[in-house]
Amino acid sequence: MGGVHPPEKKFAEKQSIERLDPPKMVVIPLSQHLGVPAVPVVEKGDQVRCGQLIAKGEAFISAHIHASVSGKVVKIDQVTDTSGYRKMSVVIQVEGDEWEDGIDRDETLIKECSLDAGEIARKIQEMGVVGMGGATFPSHVKMMVPKGKKATHLIINGVECEPCLTADHRLMIEKGEEIMVGITIQMKALGVDKAIIGIENNKPDALAHMKKLAKNYPGISVEALKVKYPQGAEKQLIKALLNREVPSGKLPIEVGCVVHNVGTAFAVYEAVQKNKPLVERVVTVSGSSVGKPSNFLVRIGTPVSALIDAAGGLPDDAGKVINGGPMMGKALNDLEVPVTKGTSGILVFTKKESFRPQEQLCIRCARCLTICPMGLEPYLLAVLADKKRLEECEDEGIMDCMECGSCLYICPSGKPLLDHIRVGKNRVGKMIRERNG
Amino acid sequence: MLTVSGSPHFHSTQSVSKIMYGVVFSLLPAMVVSFIFFGLAAVLLTLTAVASCMAFEFLIQKYLIRGPMTIFDGSAIITGILLAFNVPSNLPLGLMVIGAAVAIGMGKMTFGGLGKNPFNPALVGRVFLMISFPVQMTTYPEPSVLSTQLTDVVTGPTPLTLLKGGIARGQEISEVMSQMPGYTDLMFGNMGGSMGEVSAIFLLLGGIYMLVRKIITWHIPLAYLGSSALFSAVFWLISPDVYPDPVFHLLTGGLMLGALYMATDYATSPMAPKGMIVFGVGCGLLTIIIRLFGAYPEGVAFSILIMNAFVPLINRGLKPKRFGEEQKNG
Repeated sequence: MGGVHPPEKKFAEKQSIERLDPPKMVVIPLSQHLGVPAVPVVEKGDQVRCGQLIAKGEAFISAHIHASVSGKVVKIDQVTDTSGYRKMSVVIQVEGDEWEDGIDRDETLIKECSLDAGEIARKIQEMGVVGMGGATFPSHVKMMVPKGKKATHLIINGVECEPCLTADHRLMIEKGEEIMVGITIQMKALGVDKAIIGIENNKPDALAHMKKLAKNYPGISVEALKVKYPQGAEKQLIKALLNREVPSGKLPIEVGCVVHNVGTAFAVYEAVQKNKPLVERVVTVSGSSVGKPSNFLVRIGTPVSALIDAAGGLPDDAGKVINGGPMMGKALNDLEVPVTKGTSGILVFTKKESFRPQEQLCIRCARCLTICPMGLEPYLLAVLADKKRLEECEDEGIMDCMECGSCLYICPSGKPLLDHIRVGKNRVGKMIRERNG
Repeated sequence: MLTVSGSPHFHSTQSVSKIMYGVVFSLLPAMVVSFIFFGLAAVLLTLTAVASCMAFEFLIQKYLIRGPMTIFDGSAIITGILLAFNVPSNLPLGLMVIGAAVAIGMGKMTFGGLGKNPFNPALVGRVFLMISFPVQMTTYPEPSVLSTQLTDVVTGPTPLTLLKGGIARGQEISEVMSQMPGYTDLMFGNMGGSMGEVSAIFLLLGGIYMLVRKIITWHIPLAYLGSSALFSAVFWLISPDVYPDPVFHLLTGGLMLGALYMATDYATSPMAPKGMIVFGVGCGLLTIIIRLFGAYPEGVAFSILIMNAFVPLINRGLKPKRFGEEQKNG
């Protein structure tokens, strides 16, 4: 149902993952995940080592945070992060590169895992693993299937349907075996015997590689998917792979599925097999005028500017810098903000590419309605939201909108449909919360 | 300085004017054919229609609405061409100017301009002329290849007028049909009629272009043409002596033009595919009823306008299927 075909522009798809040295200073926000911020367990002046726990996710939906470098905690304070808001963060001045004991940094593949399901989930929690696709939902929570529900399939998202981004693509090619082991561990934790990896057809090398590897891992299959945005959205992916529709307002477990990103599977592998907390991730740095489009393995907390410098520096014609993909990413106004667990890419647009089309009258061409992957009517939602007709917004399913941006992408009248819908969602959400007390 | 704006940061290359000029382009083959059959008069009439539509939109925008200049977005040009296509080629130019004033003024700008009008502007103009100037609007010149004659052209009945007269007089259909051009002539447009209605095959060519360019979807044209064929086939099968076959209906009058260009008008047709099909079927049913039993020989314009009036209701009732709605557990 629906979907659009934005230009792919995967400039960095052939660039091997390159390890970036730790910067001089890292800023580690305490809220890099969906849910309650973590609570710091270090103080200003403390010496920390890489991989050391610096903040605990104590609430049910929260995640632990670890030092991504070794050095001295110089500040625990509000610092602007990629969201543009000031968030409580731990600032560490880097000194050397000392790692915590017990972290296996060797590249040797370890296949066997003797932990049981509960132990795996605890390990994942301990290592601060969150969803690496962008939503950053704490992974250990997804490992606990709610009472009365049963998981039949683990779905692994290797779609990477956002244009420009190539981090998952490179990870599959370079760390395919580790991802497979990670998936096996996740299957064990969930108690499922089937896992499906969905990969879009525009990554034939990754598809072939993963298909070949999957032969040695019972229960894991690889499916090629049509290139279409947003094919990698959780609900759309389940629909494409299993033809099951997650009911409105419900989670994938409702149809027996748990969805994880390939990056998360890799993080799970490192957490469980290597005892390594989530302190670094792969980030695509790309753009049509970027000197050296790259995929960097960077420490969490590294400033965005350091990544851009490593990719050839900020081009003179830079007009916009985006955290994430071009369809759902956020434009940054400050390049000193840190890379977090959810940063999949940093994109630099030229001035020419940084435009919003001139807004005209809606011609009722129905394109927004045809392409909406959730079967909504964006033109109508935008009008209702604009007029604050919130009950009608709710009836028309505004809360189903995942803000994929397809409507604003396709609109020939350049209507800021999603802007209106976002505002509407906010208001309707508030209304629902008030109604429920 | 970096730009900060909400996602998405990519935008498709589509624009209102690209779509509109795409429609204009798709109308060219049929326009050329009608220029060949109806000569210089048709050229002048089309130019007058387009120029007056643009002029009225300009004047209304400038002096009444005081809105942004929209005359070059292509939509007024389409209204002009379609209005010209909907009248006999020998219509006095003054009447065409009046028709354009009604189409743009009453049909479109009164409601706020592009996208806001409930009724197809060109059809509003056509029906206004039809009711106000019935004689001029039903005196159809016979096609005469590459004619430069502007007055005293040979006029004659359209196939649908012949049919209506035939049915009224109780003639056998075979007798009526013997007075008409053959199907090949009908297909290419060698018959009497409004200037742009005549060439089914070239209108179809334009329609296919619009489908390929994704300017329109198949729902409305197929539902309209299909239901017209179906309903006329029912009557034809019941009583083949009295009613013509479906092919005749498809090739004559404004059906092809209506199904491809008038019923598919974005602003005045439903938004969701299901609604589009209901709308198309409604148009088809009404067209055949008017053609066979109504007072007018042709029913396309009225059918589409009537169905236009139902669009808000259709949009309300027939919505797209939502993702995750009514989970059917097998």
